[in-house]
Amino acid sequence: MTTEPGFLDGNAAAGDLESLFGADMTMASGQCQGCGLRMRLAEAHAYLGGPGTVLRCPGCEDVLLRMVRSPSHLWLDASGLDYLRLPAAAG
Amino acid sequence: MARAAVPGRLGARLRWLEARLTGRHDESDTARTLVFDVPGWPGHLPGQHLDVRLTAADGYSTQRSYSIASAPDGERVELTVERIDDGEVSPYLVDVLEVGDVIELRGPVGGWFVWRPDEQKEPVLLVAGGSGIVPLMAMIRTRRALSDRVPFRLVYSLRSPRSQWFVPDLRTQDPGLDKTFLYSRSAPEGWPRPPGRVTANDLSAGGWPPDFEPVCYVCGSTGFVETAAGLLVALGHDPRRIRTERFGPGG
Repeated sequence: MTTEPGFLDGNAAAGDLESLFGADMTMASGQCQGCGLRMRLAEAHAYLGGPGTVLRCPGCEDVLLRMVRSPSHLWLDASGLDYLRLPAAAG
Repeated sequence: MARAAVPGRLGARLRWLEARLTGRHDESDTARTLVFDVPGWPGHLPGQHLDVRLTAADGYSTQRSYSIASAPDGERVELTVERIDDGEVSPYLVDVLEVGDVIELRGPVGGWFVWRPDEQKEPVLLVAGGSGIVPLMAMIRTRRALSDRVPFRLVYSLRSPRSQWFVPDLRTQDPGLDKTFLYSRSAPEGWPRPPGRVTANDLSAGGWPPDFEPVCYVCGSTGFVETAAGLLVALGHDPRRIRTERFGPGG
């Protein structure tokens, strides 16, 4: 019996990310501040079981982004990312 | 001239929509397909998913993400949901929700684990582990609906014949779609391959040679996806052409 790793893909957080940013973020690229790996957020490891959503780097497992929803506010900490690059919206 | 249907929301803001259950049927002992009518549904691409939100009378609300099982078809959307016994959402969707009931959906979301038939002409390999068949089924159904000629191969790993989903659909002969079934625990009598986990040989025999440059979609549990994607890379497939979607016991 093996234990399943407890993460999913960034895809699983697509709805919350889009509701925050107003665009599909799974196709956005980012660079990990920890190891410099560049990836699409769809390829990040998503941890959804806690009180918020956490995206970690698939290379070094550093935290890239944390998002917590309270009844009154949405908190975003993206300090684990050097940058985010979004495809420009068509039209 | 008829206007071409353009799936996707085209920049429209993601919002919650009311979805009425219009039909349901069992896929296995533990999974059920739910058919919804969703007024205002903007269409979707195969592989995309959506969020389901349930709200209790006291205002408590919870949401889960599910892959869409159906090909784009107007305001009709199908989900296939596996009952997670200690889950919060899936037992409600599978056992409690009745035809006529309304829940909230938001979507479609995700642009990565998607097959775009108007742009992608290269061969496609679909690798499913268990419930990971759902978004891949949407791709097969979309290919069928469009009579698309792009060659598809499906490698579907499942525990036993009884745990197969979409049995009638996968019995249908689609020209240009080859199917390989792998059984991990128990195989049908006389099945040539002994039960076991997916191997490099399975993906080599049931897939495409790497120099055909197929796009490989791998969906299943995190463990299955790690294994299968690793095997594809070891076989020589370019990691940039391997797209993965990990399914978890979200409940």
